[in-house]
Amino acid sequence: MSTTIERPAPTPVKAPPLRPQHRQLAILAVLVLLAIPLPLLLPPALGAVAVRILIFLLMAVGWNIMSGFGGMFSFGHAAYFGLGAYTSVYLLVEHGISPWIGMVAGMVVAAAVAVVIGYFSFRYQLQGAYFALTTFAFAEALRLIATSSDFVNRAVGFQVPLIQGESLWQLQFAADSPAYFWVALVLAGLAVAVSIVFLHSRAGKYVTAIRDDELAAASLGTPVLRHKLLTVALSAAITAVAGAYYTQYYLFVNPDLAFGASVSIQAIVPVVIGGIGTVWGPVVGSVIMGSLSDVTATLLRTPPEFLGFLQGRSGLDVVLYAILLILIVRLLPKGIVGTLKERWRR
Amino acid sequence: MTTATEVSPASRTGMIKRGGVLAAVVVAAIALALLQSGSALVVWQSVVTGILTGGLYGLIAMGLTLIFGVLDIVNFAHGALLAVAMFLAFGVVQATGLHPYLALVVAVPALFLLGAAVHRGLLSGRGGGSLENQLLITLGLSLLLENGLLLFFGAEPRSVKLPGEIQIPLFGAVVAGSRLYAFLGAVLLGAVLYWLLRRTRLGTAIRAVAANGPGAELVGINVRRLHTLTFAIGTACAGAAAVLAAPLISITPTLGAQFNITAFVVVVLGGMGNVVGALVGGLLIGLVEQLTTIFLNGQSSLLGVFVVFVLVLFLRPQGLFGRRA
Repeated sequence: MSTTIERPAPTPVKAPPLRPQHRQLAILAVLVLLAIPLPLLLPPALGAVAVRILIFLLMAVGWNIMSGFGGMFSFGHAAYFGLGAYTSVYLLVEHGISPWIGMVAGMVVAAAVAVVIGYFSFRYQLQGAYFALTTFAFAEALRLIATSSDFVNRAVGFQVPLIQGESLWQLQFAADSPAYFWVALVLAGLAVAVSIVFLHSRAGKYVTAIRDDELAAASLGTPVLRHKLLTVALSAAITAVAGAYYTQYYLFVNPDLAFGASVSIQAIVPVVIGGIGTVWGPVVGSVIMGSLSDVTATLLRTPPEFLGFLQGRSGLDVVLYAILLILIVRLLPKGIVGTLKERWRR
Repeated sequence: MTTATEVSPASRTGMIKRGGVLAAVVVAAIALALLQSGSALVVWQSVVTGILTGGLYGLIAMGLTLIFGVLDIVNFAHGALLAVAMFLAFGVVQATGLHPYLALVVAVPALFLLGAAVHRGLLSGRGGGSLENQLLITLGLSLLLENGLLLFFGAEPRSVKLPGEIQIPLFGAVVAGSRLYAFLGAVLLGAVLYWLLRRTRLGTAIRAVAANGPGAELVGINVRRLHTLTFAIGTACAGAAAVLAAPLISITPTLGAQFNITAFVVVVLGGMGNVVGALVGGLLIGLVEQLTTIFLNGQSSLLGVFVVFVLVLFLRPQGLFGRRA
């Protein structure tokens, strides 16, 4: 029997593997850095497309938090988009308040409305199709109220007053200035970062647990209602930023552009294409849908010979949109990112 | 989901009570409208118009409620299918010069086949399963149909004229003949559907599948085929509704959207799968719309519809005449 104690061989010191949220944040940082020079490289027309994509992305991230992470399928995100747009533009036009402050005010208003709608929906246990129809009804009701209220200029809406020169505080730049892209990039990057941090936070873990089995989560003591309302508020606030920036970029808003059903659809479709409930789904989906709508728009303006009858007609972009939506839902029910993730694991 | 046409004696008394309350609310609303406007003729005209328009809403909602109740599908494409049927009716009348109502012979079978194809191709089997997916597929379909129509027919509104259109005096109010015919058509179609569901083998099978799919499968019902059939019948109802409504409205590719909203309200109000409930719900919504325009001058009549919708969703999501599932 030997008396010497064998010392364990010294293990080489290895860096601990990155936690998933840090890895995702690192990828996000790289993506944002890569995107910064884009507006200087792209022709101006494509620069506008890039800004559109980023606004889509903000909406998609907002919708994904509530409907993807939270499992509460919203069909009325136009309500929050519109509230963000109208609050900021109203404060700007009527009181001359900076769009940045208006944006924050819009976030607060949208989150408050979302909490009220959410509270009643959860209190009366509306689920699935009924919840979707309720959110839809609220968005449509806001559209009708905006259309018939003198307070917000009825169907005419608001026009953002132009200022002399450029100002970051007034959020106005020359028409093809890359600054519009950079501001949108910062906003969208922040939104994605917030969604990553939220997903991996304690609240986010509660929320996904509630989504997967509400009864089990509740019986383990999860404060269900509070976390559902938190999710809804966060989702609405991010969507409101998209609305406020949209108005500031296009310098114009009316009830249909703000609260129309097509706005809700534009929030949903990119996420479905990319992958509901994934961090990168909204990003991938927005880039694909944004580029696609530009391709179809170009196609309509200058169609090739055999599609000549399409010249000047509207509708083709939405038709392609719709076909893609149906195909993806049928063939890749988890979306592009969701399906890839599944393949990767196997 | 159980079809709400099944009524036990206990729930029947409940239904009668609720019907009484509802009637009282309606009478009170009409009385208030009378005070508000001060003109009996205006209010009476609104009430008659509301009821007749409501019949049309019921007609459109009947197909939807059948699909909702039996298949649990929120068919967002119902309005777009309605628009397709209207353009079909318009095309038939334009091409042949036949009486507009004869377009039924084309529109109903065409929509039946279209509905069967949609269900077989898009909504059944793998990938069409979950609620969200069905919502998204029918949403995609409605975008596809609406914008397809826009692409080929353009946005300018069209109309189908009823030859020999007359104004019919009705208890002091005056209504267009086509509005009255559409109302009568709605009642007739409601009766036919009720008979089909309650008195035929097919209807029994449909109700069995709605009540308990796996159980129906066990006793030898081909559930998938029956689902397709039900979806097709529901769509055919939209075809019938389109032809009857065509003389009343201007036909545009996006007309479905406005009816979609109203139809969903009616379906929820009447209880999913309840065909008679859809008719009653339709009449109520028609009245609500007309009374909204009296009470809230200058507001959209749809606002009242939304208020009713949200109240019903919160207070009686099973519908006025349904039972809690």
